[in-house]
Amino acid sequence: MSSVIASTVGEHHPGPQKQERGQRAVFCGLTSIIWLHRRIQDAFFLVVGSRTCAHLIQSAAGVMIFAEPRFATAILGERDLAGMADCHEELDRVVSELIARRPGINRLFLVGSCPSEVIKLDLETAAAKLQVKHENRVRISAFSGSGIETTFTQGEDQCLKSTVAELPTLGASEDNLIVLGTVSDIVEDQFRRLFDDLDIKNIHFYPGRKAGDLPAVGKGTRVIAAQPFVGETARALIDRDAELISAPFPLGAEGSKAWFEAAAEAYGVDSERTQQVLEMPYQRAKRAVSVHRSKLEGKRIHFLPDSQLEIPMARFLSEECDLSVNEIGTPFHDQLVMRGELARLPQDVPMVEGQDLDPALARVRAARPDLTVCGMGIANALESEGLRTKWSIELVFSPVQGFDQAGDLAGLFAKPLAREEILEVGSWS
Amino acid sequence: MELTLWTYEGPPHVGAIRIAASMRDVHLMLHSPQGDTYADLLFTMIEREGRRPPVTYTTFQARDLGSSTAEMVVNSLRESAERFKPQVLMVADSCTAELIQDQPGALALGADLPVPVIPLEMAAYTRKENWGAAETFYQLVRGLLSRQAPPPGSERPPRDANTRPSVNLLGPTKLGFRCRDDVVEIERLLNSMGIDVNVVAPLGASPQDLQAIPKADANVNLCPEVSDLTCSWLARTFGMPTISTIPMGWGATRDFIAEVATTLDIDINVDAVGESRLPWYSRSIDSTYLTGKRVFVFADGSHAIAAARVARDEMGFEVVGLGTYSRERARDVRAAAKEYGLEALITDNYLEVEAKVQELQPEMVLGTQMERHIAKRLGIPCAVISTPAHVQDYPARYSPQMGFEGANVLFDTWVHPLIMGLEEHLLHMFRDDFEFNDSVGPSHLGSEGEGARAQDTSGGHQTDDGAVVWAFEAEKELKKIPFFVRGKARRNTERFAVEHGLTTIEVDTLYDAKAHFSN
Repeated sequence: MSSVIASTVGEHHPGPQKQERGQRAVFCGLTSIIWLHRRIQDAFFLVVGSRTCAHLIQSAAGVMIFAEPRFATAILGERDLAGMADCHEELDRVVSELIARRPGINRLFLVGSCPSEVIKLDLETAAAKLQVKHENRVRISAFSGSGIETTFTQGEDQCLKSTVAELPTLGASEDNLIVLGTVSDIVEDQFRRLFDDLDIKNIHFYPGRKAGDLPAVGKGTRVIAAQPFVGETARALIDRDAELISAPFPLGAEGSKAWFEAAAEAYGVDSERTQQVLEMPYQRAKRAVSVHRSKLEGKRIHFLPDSQLEIPMARFLSEECDLSVNEIGTPFHDQLVMRGELARLPQDVPMVEGQDLDPALARVRAARPDLTVCGMGIANALESEGLRTKWSIELVFSPVQGFDQAGDLAGLFAKPLAREEILEVGSWS
Repeated sequence: MELTLWTYEGPPHVGAIRIAASMRDVHLMLHSPQGDTYADLLFTMIEREGRRPPVTYTTFQARDLGSSTAEMVVNSLRESAERFKPQVLMVADSCTAELIQDQPGALALGADLPVPVIPLEMAAYTRKENWGAAETFYQLVRGLLSRQAPPPGSERPPRDANTRPSVNLLGPTKLGFRCRDDVVEIERLLNSMGIDVNVVAPLGASPQDLQAIPKADANVNLCPEVSDLTCSWLARTFGMPTISTIPMGWGATRDFIAEVATTLDIDINVDAVGESRLPWYSRSIDSTYLTGKRVFVFADGSHAIAAARVARDEMGFEVVGLGTYSRERARDVRAAAKEYGLEALITDNYLEVEAKVQELQPEMVLGTQMERHIAKRLGIPCAVISTPAHVQDYPARYSPQMGFEGANVLFDTWVHPLIMGLEEHLLHMFRDDFEFNDSVGPSHLGSEGEGARAQDTSGGHQTDDGAVVWAFEAEKELKKIPFFVRGKARRNTERFAVEHGLTTIEVDTLYDAKAHFSN
């Protein structure tokens, strides 16, 4: 892996010691649309699927987003499945209707689902045909968010990967840095200021706020991942000659510092300068985290597989808050993007890839950790058994990256524990 | 292919999960891909359930297709039977599984499981959630009871004079609208009439409880969306009469009592059974301001029909629109709408509902979670009366919709979003007071006037087709009318202008229109 710039060498956590297969309680990739449609402000996501898909997205989104959403579902009916209606013609009609209704949309993603994959509906071809028809109006492409192929946050990876081929080629004498994975607007602004202080120029956040914000890619491109679920996109960028900077994710004071240091090192920024720039935000982050430390230290935490953030979160909590990690469940393991994390994780932490829900819950019940990080379908069920939980979707939906969110991140984990101390009603155990 | 932004109902298998989640000692094995477990959070988050629904999802992936999915079904069935030891194991496909045609029902029946199996066909591409719930409940009841059925044509023996009459309450489920409290309220009402409740199902029932259904004298079809099919099968097969009045509102509760008495052949003085504060609250002078308020009603079939009756007959509102998202209930809602001189709106496309609300400019919307959002956007007061509903519509307090206490709750809930009596008059008189003006919204509701304020600025200077233009002075005068009637005034004035061939609306046109329409 010559195109990966490794920053740490030494004893690593080996990654998952165990694979599990069985019932999973994890969303499918369609769920990524909930944040992607807010991040990319002129993009529309049209799921080609069933009523289940539509119901899933609106339920996972907290049932309702007040404004008219920039996503919808083209629900397949019996006529489509029986071949009585030509799916491409039907899609053509639905897309025309949609484009007429939403004149502000510059980018349309057709999103594949389980049913569309099973009936082998070729959405890429459909997108190409529709592109010809709407050539000067809107850019149209396709990706899959189906549950048979993707889990939860992988939807974003598939979405980004589908656009890599469109990225312009970077000029031979140019260089740039791609920050990969959705971050909130405020995090982007903070990161830009720090990169600027480090004198690192030509920064592109991918995805950007507009669908047309596409970075060029080529020999002079370096990529640093801001999210742990962008491995496929990273590989596609490496295929286009970019270099991936290996780093832990910018979570917590230490993670953020190491992340910026890795970028600075790749750019050959003088290390004294780097320390000078990072010192103040780093100290501020440590102070912010320390506010929550007393609630967290010595506690035992258990991660059920959900968002791919399990490994970096476990690293942050063990490294900066002195929690002991009972088990890390991860939906799948991607060595390429997790290298920087495994180097900082205690080597004896049990790690399980995949899921078999009932045995996994039995392990939680047996261990009775102080805090279990899990999906929304499970959290109240564990709470009612006297176990404290943190629902993991909040970790994806909140700005948690970077120095100035490190305290908030610790706070997300501290809050359920603080709540237990405050409440004088009922009992959790 | 149908373009959908929001959906009123989930797919049919979510209806099946609702039945399983409502009951005890049943388990559902759902053949489905990853992601379908989102349904768990409907129960654990929206209704704050302390357990996952009793469902095992096979969770097949792309690599399993064409080889091992059938094997996964059999393994999941065995594990579910072993782990959960249910009295009955139900088996169904989700939408994707239906396409790969593993026939899990047939696999289950052939797998020699140590538990009775009820296979379900969920018709994911033609049907929806309420149908799925009704079908599941029916298959379960039929599967458990058909062996007890008397020979066709047998007479039902008369009730022993020494036993208390009893009924079953059929239809209430998890994720139904206030089912938890309605069951308590109706049970209390029936007990006060000297009637026992034999079985409540599906909510809280076990398969064993279902076996006792034929022991009752009649079935109360409390939530027809779920229990219609079952009640008619029980009527056909066991000769059990169905009590079909939905006891929602004061009048309907009295009608319900009367129907129960007639069906069970017992003497009941309706006036002695119980009372509600609604009739007096509605007659007290503070409620005068409710008179003729134009309301738009949109809900599942039974709540829409019941709410319209309460709105007109018990609150004194004018029902200006009535509809449902439930095609299964379309016929009933159409018939009800006729009584109000209306054409029912039957659609599950929320954009059509929104367009209708915009067109009608009602003063209040009684609807679902969807209509709450529509109304908020348009700055119209709204109360939620039906599923789909969000977490705040599963309140901690006792809050039935049915029976006499339910009538009290309806009165309070529907009056709450409105601007009250004298406040409304003062706003008419002094709309320029800098602290107390209409853009602030009802004084008891904090920030909820914001939608109205946003709406306020959108006033155009001409009609959509450009046929009529508002003169500056007339537009200014229009803005002196409080926001909660301004939309109506604008619409009426424009209609008046068009009907009279005017192209410009002057101040006088505004008042001519007011005189014309004030009747």
